[in-house]
Amino acid sequence: MSSQLSIPPEPSPGEKVRAFILKNFYVANASDLVDSASLLDGGIVDSTGILEIIMFLEEEFKLKVADAEMIPANLDSVDNLAAYVRRKLGW
Amino acid sequence: MCGIAGIVDLRGRPEPVERERLTRMLGIMTHRGPDELGIYRDKRAGLAHARLSIIDLSTGQQPLANESGDLWIVFNGEIFNYVELRGELEGYGHRFATKSDTEVIVHAWEQWGEEAFGRFNGQWAVALWDARADMLVLCRDRVGVRPLYYAEHDGRLAFASEVKALFAGVPELPRAFDAVGIEQTFTFWSVVAPRTVFRGVNELRPGHLRIYKPGQAARETPYFEPRYPRGDVDRFSGSIEDASVALREALERATALRMLRADVPVGSYLSGGLDSSVIAALAKRAKPSGFTTFSLRFADPEYDETSYQRAMVERLGTDHAEIVVGTRDIAEVFPKVIWHTERPLLRSGPAPLYLLSQLVRERGIKVVLTGEGADEVLAGYDLFREGKVRRFWARRPHSTWRPRLLERLYPYLTRSPVAQQATARQFFGRGLELAREPGFAHHPRWSSAAALKRLFSSAQREAVGRHDVVAELLADLPDAFSAWSHLAQDQYLEVRTLLSGYLLSSQGDRMLMASSVEGRFPFLDKDVMALANSFPDSYKLAVLDEKHVLKAAARELVPDSIRERPKQPYRAPDAMAFVGAGRPKWVDELMSASAIEAAGVFDAKAVGQLWSKALQRGDASQFSNADNMAIVAVLSTQILHRDFVAHRREGPDVSIKTDIDRVAEAA
Repeated sequence: MSSQLSIPPEPSPGEKVRAFILKNFYVANASDLVDSASLLDGGIVDSTGILEIIMFLEEEFKLKVADAEMIPANLDSVDNLAAYVRRKLGW
Repeated sequence: MCGIAGIVDLRGRPEPVERERLTRMLGIMTHRGPDELGIYRDKRAGLAHARLSIIDLSTGQQPLANESGDLWIVFNGEIFNYVELRGELEGYGHRFATKSDTEVIVHAWEQWGEEAFGRFNGQWAVALWDARADMLVLCRDRVGVRPLYYAEHDGRLAFASEVKALFAGVPELPRAFDAVGIEQTFTFWSVVAPRTVFRGVNELRPGHLRIYKPGQAARETPYFEPRYPRGDVDRFSGSIEDASVALREALERATALRMLRADVPVGSYLSGGLDSSVIAALAKRAKPSGFTTFSLRFADPEYDETSYQRAMVERLGTDHAEIVVGTRDIAEVFPKVIWHTERPLLRSGPAPLYLLSQLVRERGIKVVLTGEGADEVLAGYDLFREGKVRRFWARRPHSTWRPRLLERLYPYLTRSPVAQQATARQFFGRGLELAREPGFAHHPRWSSAAALKRLFSSAQREAVGRHDVVAELLADLPDAFSAWSHLAQDQYLEVRTLLSGYLLSSQGDRMLMASSVEGRFPFLDKDVMALANSFPDSYKLAVLDEKHVLKAAARELVPDSIRERPKQPYRAPDAMAFVGAGRPKWVDELMSASAIEAAGVFDAKAVGQLWSKALQRGDASQFSNADNMAIVAVLSTQILHRDFVAHRREGPDVSIKTDIDRVAEAA
């Protein structure tokens, strides 16, 4: 008999990043966080907040963020962060 | 310095204002005037006054009238040039019964009408009641040193120095937050008059008078508009040396007026910075004996400026008193602080000043000078320098070296992780295309505060709707605004928002008057402001050297170590004051989901996330600017809801010394 238990799929890097940002930056209305929009321009993240995101990436995905990679193109939206993590993990 | 209040009938009904309403209004703000209380009543109006006696101790009681007894006044503040005005008015045949500045206002109104206020050099909130014409005049000083609120209810107008007195005198007023007032706070750090954070309660705009006549809508007009150079018009024509001499002389006069026009001793605050050091030095010259200075010290060296304070005390040889404020002290007094600010805060900075004014009072001093206003009128803030760099950058938006000038403003950037540098560059580079638009220099600050609106509940968002508080402010600017330089525009906006609504109010009058202490501010003297405004930009902000002309004027007044030190913005511990073990119980109570939902401003889940993040970090860690502001803003809003909206507080019963009852007299 095959198991009827449905195991929830492992959240994708994008989902993990999004969940972290919603919680860590206490966003009341999840629709305020548009995955493609700049976190900085939306005021969700400031210059200290960016460091909190980097710490999260390094702990959650066990990766090292190099100085040269600390640029908005990698870090400034949920989509960019997800793509960056996938690249780093070699997906 | 005092508290004023009153209730006036707007419909012409012969229903005298109940005496108890007036005594309740006084009872809840006796801190503003602990020395004597007075009321006046006739068929249409009631006036109330709580007095802090400073000038004419023996005969300056209020309410006070003209010779014929039909023009009555209650007044909070000082008219520093009252001696000169009195001489002038006597020349016109006016006869004076007292030696007070209060009586000068009455006769000035009789002589000059609405033109009178433009002649006053001072700080005031005043109500004049013309019993013969049934006319009420409310007026406030040019920049809003003294507070004045009003609300209409059931055909009556109530006014008072503090909102709590309105609620005490008119308990029928609804108790609710004004969603747009909250929205303004989460942008400009403060509401902008005439709005308050309470629905139906207004604040009289600085520089305006408001007149009520029977059967007519209230009329509000400015008696003063700030002037800055337009090309060569209104522009100081002398050299920078001439300017520094003129500034020094104007400050000497302004300080001497504020030292000597008092029948009680006057002290001075000393922060360790340039502005208060200049004022203390000039004050000591104006009155060399028995001069006391007061300083705030912080247990945490990050905020402390003791060495500079000591240097100035040694140089002047003042009687010096100081307190050391610890992180925990801020949390302990915070509910009392909010009881007095009557508006939410985004920073804890007022709390230490609440403690400092207590020290002043304990030393028996009723009046202190401070350096407040120098950064606005002489361009001391980083915001002005940042605006200049960003405008320079905006002319070549692709330049990579122009934004590096920001490192001159914020040296920490050069030591910061690469990520922070990149973020900072993106942050300051936002909206460069708007470099010629009003508000350009302020947008980074306003958007940082506005970002915290992500904590708002859906009810708060819906109540605000599409109301754009920035667009509203920028649509309500003086006609000449666009003809002023960018720096002058930035200064104007700074005075209108942060100075009036926060520094002079939450961090100024309210913290001083909580301990019955009056503040006097020589940099906000009428003539000093007019002179400073007339200076070319380069005298104030020379390349990136802030308050350039003041540094020149201060050459013989303060040690070079203070004159040349980099500006240190006044800061106090924010979030860390509220998160450590042993924090006061009320903190967790007000942060609970049920309390957040009851107040209705914030989303309980979002605040829960903020709070658990903060508790996890603990008081040993550094908080981001956003986290610091968020914690202070949520807590202060919650306290405000508890003490003003959800609960009613009453003051003690009071005994009235000056009691004028004309209710029975024929009109």
